[in-house]
Amino acid sequence: MQVPSHVEYERATSVEHALELLARFGPESRVLAGGHSLIPMMKLRLAQPETLIDINGISGLSRIAMEGDELRIGALVRHAQLLDSALAGEHFPVLHDAERVIADPIVRNWGTIGGSLCQADPSEDLSAVFGAIRATAVIQGRDGARAVPVREFHLGPYETVVAPDELLTELRVPIRPGGGSAYEKVARRVGDWSVAAAGAVIWLDPASGTPTVSEAGIGLAAVGAGHFVAEEAEDFLRGQPVSDEMFARAGQIAAEHCTPSADQRGPADYKRHLTGELTTRALRRAAARACGQEA
Amino acid sequence: MTAVQEQGTPMGYGSMRRKEDARFVRGKGLYIDDVRLRGMLHGAVLRSPYAHARILSVDVTAAEAHPKVRAVITGETLLDRGMAWMPTLSGDQQAVLATDKVRFQGQEVAFVVADDRYAARDALELIDVEYEPLPAVMDARRALDDGAPLIRDDLAGRQPGPAGNHVFDWDAGDAARTEEIFARADVTIAEDLLYPRVHPAPLETCGAVADFDTISGKLTMWSTSQAPHAHRLLYSLAAGIPEHKIRVISPDIGGGFGNKVPIYPGYLCAVIGSIICGRPVKWVEDRSENLMSTSFARDYHMHGEIAATRDGKILAVRVHVLADHGAFNGAAQPTKFPAGFFGVFTGSYDLEAAYCHVTGVYTNKAPGGVAYSCSFRITEAVYLVERMVDMLAFELDADPAELRMKNLLRPDQFPYTCATGWVYDSGDYARTLQLALDKAGYAELRREQAASRERGELMGIGISFFTEAVGAGPRKHMDILGLGMADGCELRVHPTGSAVLRISVQTQGQGHETTFAQIVAEELGISPDDIDVVHGDTDQTPFGLGTYGSRSTPVSGAAAAVVARRVREKARIVAAAMLEVSADDLDWEKGRWFVRGDPDHGRTIAEIALAAHSDLDLPEGAEGHLDASCVYNPPNLTYPCGAYICVVDVDPGTGKVSVRRFVAVDDCGVRINPMIVEGQIHGGLADGVGMALMEVIAFDAGGNCLGGSFMDYLLPTAEECPSWELGETVTPSPHHPIGAKGVGESATVGSPPAVVNAVMDALRPFGVRHADMPLTPAQVWCAIQGRPLRTDLAIT
Ligand SMILES: Cc1cc2nc3c(=O)[nH]c(=O)nc-3n(C[C@H](O)[C@H](O)[C@H](O)COP(=O)(O)OP(=O)(O)OC[C@H]3O[C@@H](n4cnc5c(N)ncnc54)[C@H](O)[C@@H]3O)c2cc1C
Repeated sequence: MQVPSHVEYERATSVEHALELLARFGPESRVLAGGHSLIPMMKLRLAQPETLIDINGISGLSRIAMEGDELRIGALVRHAQLLDSALAGEHFPVLHDAERVIADPIVRNWGTIGGSLCQADPSEDLSAVFGAIRATAVIQGRDGARAVPVREFHLGPYETVVAPDELLTELRVPIRPGGGSAYEKVARRVGDWSVAAAGAVIWLDPASGTPTVSEAGIGLAAVGAGHFVAEEAEDFLRGQPVSDEMFARAGQIAAEHCTPSADQRGPADYKRHLTGELTTRALRRAAARACGQEA
Repeated sequence: MTAVQEQGTPMGYGSMRRKEDARFVRGKGLYIDDVRLRGMLHGAVLRSPYAHARILSVDVTAAEAHPKVRAVITGETLLDRGMAWMPTLSGDQQAVLATDKVRFQGQEVAFVVADDRYAARDALELIDVEYEPLPAVMDARRALDDGAPLIRDDLAGRQPGPAGNHVFDWDAGDAARTEEIFARADVTIAEDLLYPRVHPAPLETCGAVADFDTISGKLTMWSTSQAPHAHRLLYSLAAGIPEHKIRVISPDIGGGFGNKVPIYPGYLCAVIGSIICGRPVKWVEDRSENLMSTSFARDYHMHGEIAATRDGKILAVRVHVLADHGAFNGAAQPTKFPAGFFGVFTGSYDLEAAYCHVTGVYTNKAPGGVAYSCSFRITEAVYLVERMVDMLAFELDADPAELRMKNLLRPDQFPYTCATGWVYDSGDYARTLQLALDKAGYAELRREQAASRERGELMGIGISFFTEAVGAGPRKHMDILGLGMADGCELRVHPTGSAVLRISVQTQGQGHETTFAQIVAEELGISPDDIDVVHGDTDQTPFGLGTYGSRSTPVSGAAAAVVARRVREKARIVAAAMLEVSADDLDWEKGRWFVRGDPDHGRTIAEIALAAHSDLDLPEGAEGHLDASCVYNPPNLTYPCGAYICVVDVDPGTGKVSVRRFVAVDDCGVRINPMIVEGQIHGGLADGVGMALMEVIAFDAGGNCLGGSFMDYLLPTAEECPSWELGETVTPSPHHPIGAKGVGESATVGSPPAVVNAVMDALRPFGVRHADMPLTPAQVWCAIQGRPLRTDLAIT
């Protein structure tokens, strides 16, 4: 059994309470959500926080709801809950695609959306997904809330804009009709982190005969893409007619601009190749869904 | 010995439910970590962060000052007691706690005994070790280079033969004759194949509770042991405690797969901790410790060659192996076989000649060698020959099934002495392969493949046909540390007719408590529920070498049958006295001796047992009671075989392999409990898929182990496994009392080449002939690019 070092434990009952506890215990305290990233690190003694502030008892952070033209996902929503949400799936199939291939049912039952983003692992699938769909993160501090686009949320590996005394409370995703989305991931084994993964969302302008791309979002995980997105490929796609060839070109562009590094999941050139391949596949599927050709 | 059962039917009681599951499904098993003794303390091991470094100093002052710490033990402590080194099962020595140098990452450096596990772990961080890092040997292929760093300077002057990082050279077969055949053969093929280092990874890690009684001087050692009797000897040698003062108890074991055959430094540290503190000490390693420091398997770098005629008659196989044994030669195998039973790389074919040469080397990696369901290296042997046969099919553009059919041994060739001297006992190989082909619908699969290739899809069909050699072994040839590999067994029938069977082997999930009761039940005609099987406690059981190498049923199972037959013969004498007839006039039917020609006149085993314990007048020579013991010395190994067919789909864009189907036809002789046999096969097939597609322990140039957690060392899940399609043929072993051959490792041995052959078959359109395991998506993609990875090194 791997055993963590000594740690104190506090249970927050509300967002305000959590913020107060964070302020009281200072930067050596850590928020505990699902614990599926934090606890393993503590057992390996890679993390040795002095105090855990458990936010699992806070009500109101586990909501998935439509408000106006925004889909709102609470920070404490579990992976499994997002996977089960018909509402989320209806607007963004990419969320369901991704959740199906994140970790395993045990991790999904307890790991949270907020924890995933705050962990900021370079291979985190949801960072790519929320980046692709241009979500906004709501961050609560003692002096109030601020909204930060997910594309500006990550400062680097394991680093985000959330300050030690702040809490991520919610993700907001703008809804626009006429879109389709999809996620493609290659892992060595089910439940393993991505070797590479790509999420795509696409909106079509059906005005003319061949539909053209009015807007696209491409998120990439595990391949060192800045802010988990492939902006150059998105720029390329805007205004292009929908075709396999265009998607393959976009994939190529995404592959050229990412910076994968070699590890036991594969050499860099393979990951670059996968980035292209998976981006192309995700775009194709997203487009098919936008055209109502695939569920 | 009575005649072998002719029919391939399971024994009586067949697929009865496992007796041990009643406690397991209720969570009432007793594993090492469940053992809690009064006053028990907890140990933790400090391990080396370096693969190779000199130890300059170890400062334990701060750790000793921790309020909950009872003892801090270092190599120096052990040197004073003459316990710094322990013998390995291969006759090498291994550091218990490092004194001079550390030789692999994760090596044991110090041991803390504390009031609880947390404190023990905390105190490790208070120990200050000063290291001087040394260059390390991380690539086995560089181990014998001039100027390679010398790992085992502790052996200076002790080791005969070539110095440096050389462990042994061993060969088998006829080199000259093999060369002659290669020189004139129409077709010869050579290929480098790596069977990478993998780990048995039992879900229960290794651990022990050592309880040294300072008054009696007796050590009770609860430990995760596949071989309690052998361990008793090792503890005696290493700790200087007389053997009769040591009791090894191996309670329920959560998987062994060879990982729990050797003893580990942690066990001995617990013993020393208990001696020093006068209290029981528990030590249970964590997952990373298990993966990084305990016995690995494989790590065979093979250069294989095959020679054949143009029309596909295989003539000879030759192989040169570089065997990476890590920092200490801790391989568990019979003394005369430093490369285990690798000699059966001749496979299932009628060869004219064969030759192998194995060179063992030291590297700065965890020690061990033989573990993980491998039947003493037959895993490597079968992989080698089955890959080579497929490469031959590739070069000849022949169908791999037909090529095998053409070369398989025929039933009339048994007993068959192979080119390296092994005597295969029995088999009907063509029938076994044909059944697998039929079950798979082979011809149809090939048609489907042709059509799918047209569409640019990559479907692959892989075959492997394996012959195993298990049940070590005949005492004359096989011993471990001088202990012959025979197994003792004792059977006692109680006055009321129920019985206790004491066996020397130890179950780690194989179901011995059920199958051994079934063997006796079959022989005595009483219910298996009335037979208690005792194992895993050296004070309670006769001597024997334990469970590994699929030896339980072939050796100990035979002992159980023999002992039951002895009891039956004793019962005959008692029955004769009861019935007042001559013993010669009695006939046996299951459970009962009766007067020949007068079936109504008879006595059941229960009646006989009671009489045997009573005041009944017994003839001269009969002593009363109803019991017997025996030591079974197998006349030969048994040779299970099987034909496996795997169907895969490879995604050409990503390199991802999915196993679509797996057909496994096994011939393990007579099946005692077919359900348990199938369970063994299911597990082994999953193992095989894991090894073929994802499992590997690689090391980077800096000496870091890259497989130290289950996030890094991947085990297969149900998602990667198809629904197994099993079949059987039954060719009883002619020399085993009940015709059984052993099955524990068949599937692990046979399945990896089937999966790899299938993937290579799928990649045929790219001209790919070989790529090393594991065939991860990256490896498959790299193979398609024509530059497969070396999977034992860090990917760069
Ligand atoms: C076996 C396994 C496999 C996995 N596989 C994958 C995979 O394939 N793909 C993938 O993307 N992920 C994978 N993961 C990671 C998983 O998605 C995350 O571990 C998990 O969901 C993170 O959420 P959590 O609630 O458990 O976070 P925690 O572990 O509780 O927290 C993680 C970090 O975020 C901080 N934090 C959490 N919530 C907040 C908040 N609301 N505000 C501020 N800070 C916060 C914590 O303080 C901590 O630093 C895997 C994990 C495991 C254990």
